[in-house]
Amino acid sequence: MTNEMKPLAQAAPQDGAGRPPFDFAKWWDRVGILMVLIALVLLMSLIAPNFNRIDNLLNIARSISVNAILAAGLTFVILTGGIDLSVGSIIAVSGVVAVVLAIAGLPAPLAVLAGIGVGALCGLVNGALTAYLSLAPFIVTLGTMTFLRGLAYTITAGQPIVSSDLNFKGIGIGYLFGVPIPVIVMAIVFLIAWFLLERTRYGRHVYAVGGNAQAARLAGVRVDRVTLSVYVIGGACAGLAGVIFAARVISAQPTAGTGYELDAIAAVVLGGTSLAGGRGRIVGTLIGSVILGVLSTGLILLNVPFFTQLLIKGVVIIFAVAIDSLKTRPLPFLRGSRRAG
Amino acid sequence: MTAEPLLRLEDVTKRFGATLALDNVRFDLRAGEVHALMGENGAGKSTLMKILSGNIQRDGGRIVMDGRPIDIRSPLDARAHGIAIIHQELNTIPAMTVAENLSLGREPRTRFGTLDRRRVLREAREKLARIGSDIDPAQPLGSLSVGMQQMVEIARAVSEDARVLVLDEPTAALSRAEALQLYALIGQMRTAGVGLIYISHRMEEVWQLADRVTVLRDGSYVGTGAMGELSPEDVVRMMVGRAMGDLYDHAPRVAGDVVLAVEGLSGDGIGPVDLEVRSGEVVCMAGLIGSGRTEVARLIFGADRRSGGTVAIDGVPSRPADPHAAIADGIGMVPEDRKDQGLFLDHSVEINVAISSLDRFSTAGVVRRAEARQTVLEEMGRLHLRKNAIDLAVKALSGGNQQKAALARWLMRDSRVLILDEPTRGVDIGAKREIYELIDALARAGKAVLVISSDLPEAIGISDRLLVMREGRIVHELSSDRATEEEVMAYATGTAGRAAGASHGAEA
Repeated sequence: MTNEMKPLAQAAPQDGAGRPPFDFAKWWDRVGILMVLIALVLLMSLIAPNFNRIDNLLNIARSISVNAILAAGLTFVILTGGIDLSVGSIIAVSGVVAVVLAIAGLPAPLAVLAGIGVGALCGLVNGALTAYLSLAPFIVTLGTMTFLRGLAYTITAGQPIVSSDLNFKGIGIGYLFGVPIPVIVMAIVFLIAWFLLERTRYGRHVYAVGGNAQAARLAGVRVDRVTLSVYVIGGACAGLAGVIFAARVISAQPTAGTGYELDAIAAVVLGGTSLAGGRGRIVGTLIGSVILGVLSTGLILLNVPFFTQLLIKGVVIIFAVAIDSLKTRPLPFLRGSRRAG
Repeated sequence: MTAEPLLRLEDVTKRFGATLALDNVRFDLRAGEVHALMGENGAGKSTLMKILSGNIQRDGGRIVMDGRPIDIRSPLDARAHGIAIIHQELNTIPAMTVAENLSLGREPRTRFGTLDRRRVLREAREKLARIGSDIDPAQPLGSLSVGMQQMVEIARAVSEDARVLVLDEPTAALSRAEALQLYALIGQMRTAGVGLIYISHRMEEVWQLADRVTVLRDGSYVGTGAMGELSPEDVVRMMVGRAMGDLYDHAPRVAGDVVLAVEGLSGDGIGPVDLEVRSGEVVCMAGLIGSGRTEVARLIFGADRRSGGTVAIDGVPSRPADPHAAIADGIGMVPEDRKDQGLFLDHSVEINVAISSLDRFSTAGVVRRAEARQTVLEEMGRLHLRKNAIDLAVKALSGGNQQKAALARWLMRDSRVLILDEPTRGVDIGAKREIYELIDALARAGKAVLVISSDLPEAIGISDRLLVMREGRIVHELSSDRATEEEVMAYATGTAGRAAGASHGAEA
């Protein structure tokens, strides 16, 4: 009954009855990043030769699949307010393990699973240290990033292990109904991630932990388990990405995935997920990955030098983060909305 | 009235988009008076004070100080005019020392341009002495109680020769002793000719302190009067636009079987505590801030580690290792600090309400969304929450509606035992009344309700039994219909005789 009495005095227009005025933040949340993608694609198809040929588009899709799968797993971690810097190194370790086991005679499906399993195991370590020892995930994963890179070098003695008849190379270079298999895998990963985050109890718990861990605990969410699980998911995705990467280059590279964690974080943030946790969408991550892929491919087609590509990519990332901050910063006149009066 | 007041606001108007937040509001403040500003949450009090503090700009009207119109374009302007505000959420830096906080922005320097630490300390000590406080300026501010931190802020305002001091709900987080200290300080400043604007929801306090009261409603000026000419009922009527009746009125309740049984519960500095709450009963834990009430609630709920004791629900032992298990056993808790511990401010009402019941509204981990949403809507209806608020972020709601969202979570869960820690803090009087009605209805529906309240009339008024806590133990139990505030306070402070406290300690 009090509500009807005071819409007039609510400083936040949303709290009053009636049609809310245009809200940039909400609009941007819904379609903003998609607009950026559409604009970028239109621009590229106008100025870049051969950009919108089917084979080029499929090529883009295949080239983003590793980063997109990495980013999908990382979205879970970032939604809880965590971070995982070790995913790039996990790519190397899982690729190495899968290749070594395949050469030793393990059947392809098992080698692939072993790669994913190694990634999940690395994630379990990250998650356990973060969730149960309450260590800062930035530091923990900085440590495991270095450790795992060292592990990849140690196993391979610093040399790539090449195996031209690698039994699982199909997952990297094969086609199914004319579509590259990595693209199909990527689609399946995103479907599962979307389902988990949007439709299940687990997904709501992930958002709750990122939104307010203390409140989540008092609401009955087992924060420790959720925290542990997101790093396992992040690790498993990185493991899968590592297997695909190894299959595509038909070898185990100890340097594989170097710096990929940053591209993945960029894709997640570009997609509108807040680094503070609790806010974001998996669809945004997909769009973010596509934007980065379209940008690099387009710039290559335009013969933009590599150095300049880096400059442009950097500007795009900062632009996206600036918009993210613009929408979360309470506009001065909204600042009183929590306690108007 | 003939003398020109210290400060006068004339026809102040403020718009936020299409919303008229302040509509020709008037207010005047004389030197040496305490002028209470009252109104429900959303009435426009904070907006008016933000205009005064320079945080937002008025769209119309005049601000007149000492008979001269002034402009306040920024917080710095306000400071220059001698206007200081002690906010509800304190404006200090907990990691820095008291002295550093006091010198913030005007740090004294040595000849070499480095910070003059000795002078920082000395000046801080002088500033604190001016308000009669003996706080050690060298300790980190964050190690002080909220009340002490507030004292530090007041010391800063006084040291800057503030002539107008705004206190926004200053006693909301204070213990009784701290509040008394604050009242004394207010008296002192009044004598010194400072004009004080006092915002509070607590009637008794306002009648005790204020000379005059101005009431706002829905952004409009309702009226101003001297305390002697008005009764609390008059003011409530002005605030809500209608008569309220007795806030705490409820028909007698009949207690059933014991639902919550706690024996020998102990934790860090707490207990052993024994208590029982029966079906259909509202039991209130009274006591000073820091007496251990919140800690007991958290121990029962499994939020903190217990070192001993048992909890049983309906005779079945509950060994909650964490809140998840306690919730499964039928306990629900609304924590004291709803913003930090209770709610997901950025998330929708629906998400906030449903979060603890998802196990009941999912199949193989997949949420049955339509059904869950429907149930959330029903619970919102029970609490008179507008249904179209379901998709709003909780932070966009008023304090009262936020609290209703926090309560709705446990209504949806249908918990047997409800622990409500300060359920009406920072809530306007209309919502307060609805929360009281809800507590009564829950008890009548057979729930066991354990309430923590620092508002003594409320604690006595809404409960059947009172448990008085002091120093981590329950020192006394009394029936609410015979309890007086003085009696409860005597046990809470330990002045009711150590003997009584000791003999009641374990059996209460």
